[in-house]
Amino acid sequence: MTEEKKLQNSEKIAGLNSEELFSSGHRACAGCGEALTLRHIMKAAGRNAIVVAATGCMEVVSTPFPQTAWGVPFIHVAFENIAAVASGIDSALKMQKKRQEINLLAIGGDGSSFDIGFGSLSGALERGHKFTYVCTDTEVYSNTGAQRSGATPFLANTTTSPAGKKIHGKIEPKKPLPLIVASHGIKYVATVSIANFFDLQNKMHKALAIDGPSFVIAYCPCPIGWQHDNSQTINLARLAVQTRVFPLYEIENGVLTFSQKIDEPKPLKDYFQLQGRFKHLSEEEIVQAQAYVNARYEFLLGIEGKKSFDVLY
Amino acid sequence: MKKIEESSIAVAIGAKLARVQVCPMYPITPSTHIQEQIAEFINNGELEAELINVESEHSALSACIGAAAAGSRAFTATSSQGFALMFEVLPITSGLRLPIVMAVANRSLSAPINIWNDHSDAVSARDQGWIQLYVESGQEALDATIQAFKIAEDKKVQLPVMVNLDGFSLTHVFEEIDIPEEKQVDSFLPAYKPEHFLDIKNPKTFGPIAFPDSFMEFKKMQQEAMLESLEIIKKTNSDFAKKFGRSYGNGLIELYRMNDAKFAVIAMGTACGTARVVVDELRAKGKKVGLIKLRCLRPMPVKDLQNATKNLKALAVIDRHVSLGFEGPLFSDLKSIAKENLKIIDFIAGLGGRDVSMKHIHRVFEEIQKAKPKGSWLL
Repeated sequence: MTEEKKLQNSEKIAGLNSEELFSSGHRACAGCGEALTLRHIMKAAGRNAIVVAATGCMEVVSTPFPQTAWGVPFIHVAFENIAAVASGIDSALKMQKKRQEINLLAIGGDGSSFDIGFGSLSGALERGHKFTYVCTDTEVYSNTGAQRSGATPFLANTTTSPAGKKIHGKIEPKKPLPLIVASHGIKYVATVSIANFFDLQNKMHKALAIDGPSFVIAYCPCPIGWQHDNSQTINLARLAVQTRVFPLYEIENGVLTFSQKIDEPKPLKDYFQLQGRFKHLSEEEIVQAQAYVNARYEFLLGIEGKKSFDVLY
Repeated sequence: MKKIEESSIAVAIGAKLARVQVCPMYPITPSTHIQEQIAEFINNGELEAELINVESEHSALSACIGAAAAGSRAFTATSSQGFALMFEVLPITSGLRLPIVMAVANRSLSAPINIWNDHSDAVSARDQGWIQLYVESGQEALDATIQAFKIAEDKKVQLPVMVNLDGFSLTHVFEEIDIPEEKQVDSFLPAYKPEHFLDIKNPKTFGPIAFPDSFMEFKKMQQEAMLESLEIIKKTNSDFAKKFGRSYGNGLIELYRMNDAKFAVIAMGTACGTARVVVDELRAKGKKVGLIKLRCLRPMPVKDLQNATKNLKALAVIDRHVSLGFEGPLFSDLKSIAKENLKIIDFIAGLGGRDVSMKHIHRVFEEIQKAKPKGSWLL
């Protein structure tokens, strides 16, 4: 089979939408993990979608007036309020009796989701609006020049948590956003990676079918923020899964299921050594970072298969 | 139908008659009665609308944007700190050209924290591209809420409108209110049918990034729409008068006993009611005094104010806000509008709920009739 035919077949298998609703020609960097994620997310969302995007790289690169990369209705308002804007759209569509036919997506980066827009996200989840929140997680404020966010991992070097002589990068671990979101008792939470794009497609379809809020967090390597070669984007996304740094799972109706269990994780060093943001770490510090990764993964193993997130409901 | 009603309730009735469809609401004193009444209307099935109990005022206005961009009529209400929290979203609303209406129960800004009336919240936002109306009575609050949608949705305007009413000194005041018939309002204000909205059949991008080569053109279009709205506000006022038999000056300003006046006060909101009584008292004594009620602060009705002040000897400006480090903002505006030889004197009054009493207004008229009048803080 030719490579082209293989691809066609695999698209059929996945039921991949061949339409490009986030089209090429946008101004994202070469090797941008976020742009790849949006492309694939929009394949799942299809034409009957409305997108609300936060201020950030993706909004900037995709809508330089008078051009747009978006093949669906798109609105950008501000940095911290996509969940609120989506709430207003959801209510308006309900009033217009058009709610069921439209896939409503709110797309924000980690700064928007973990930090400045966290209140807005939490409010919209609590109110139960029907929308899919997609967090494109680059673990750093990419658009403003790689500053530390609540999603930045332990010891990463960023422009506001620099690897100095005294303090070696970010001294706090990453905020466990998907688990906090799941604690709202929403029906669907998933982690996805562009290295596993069939899994991404399937999870997006599930998320969009929920009659209420759903949340998908996508791991998006950022060549500028992470200081990695732009040929390594997919490789890093894959290594993040294989090292247990970014486990792939779903939380459906409060029950966590692993999408891919990593029984024999690759050493964290394999993942770290490809990125400038970790190059300052000593052997001892890598051991400390590994301890965080292990603890998080073990926590997930501990709640796997049990009703863990809807105890209040 | 005539009814004794609180002004906040009158605003909610205005919104109901305007058939608002999405109401994101967040409570803050003294705007809460508006929010509570909207919630009651919706939950009692008297108003067919979606209530969104948002988690902040920032989200309230953001949700209004989502709803209006999706093609629905959106309404919210706020005050003071809540208004300040929304500030980021104010210029975005006007920049996106969305005809959202917001009632503002005007209240001071902290610190010190104070829940009472002045105009420091809304006046600080006068440059953010919202049409700002200031009302004097419960009846006007109801009528202005309906008019606001008509103005905002006009194809030549397409801008958000604030209906400002003084916190407590108007929001919590009861008076007789003539409630218009639904059918009449429906014919005055037809259903909202936007030309541009988030439509899956005709996808458009809202809120793109504009580089330096296009940003100024966007702002210039906004400025033109603001200036064009002056005529639309007037027309809305006169159309409203034809239908409902009530009008508020020419919609932009109202002149009270100004025909042969030589000395006048200009004010916004409830202070106008007090000033009317003082003007009557002084007129009874043969003094040629009058009142200019400024109903529309932005867009600024420059020509109307020039006409209104051209025969005056002196004009007193009542500012319920101060641009700290400078002067009253309305005073600054009037100085740039009026003829050069007109004496304009600034009085900072009624901050944080301090009464603007008849005694104060009498003192103001005494002062401006002096050879060398001086402005002051009416403490």
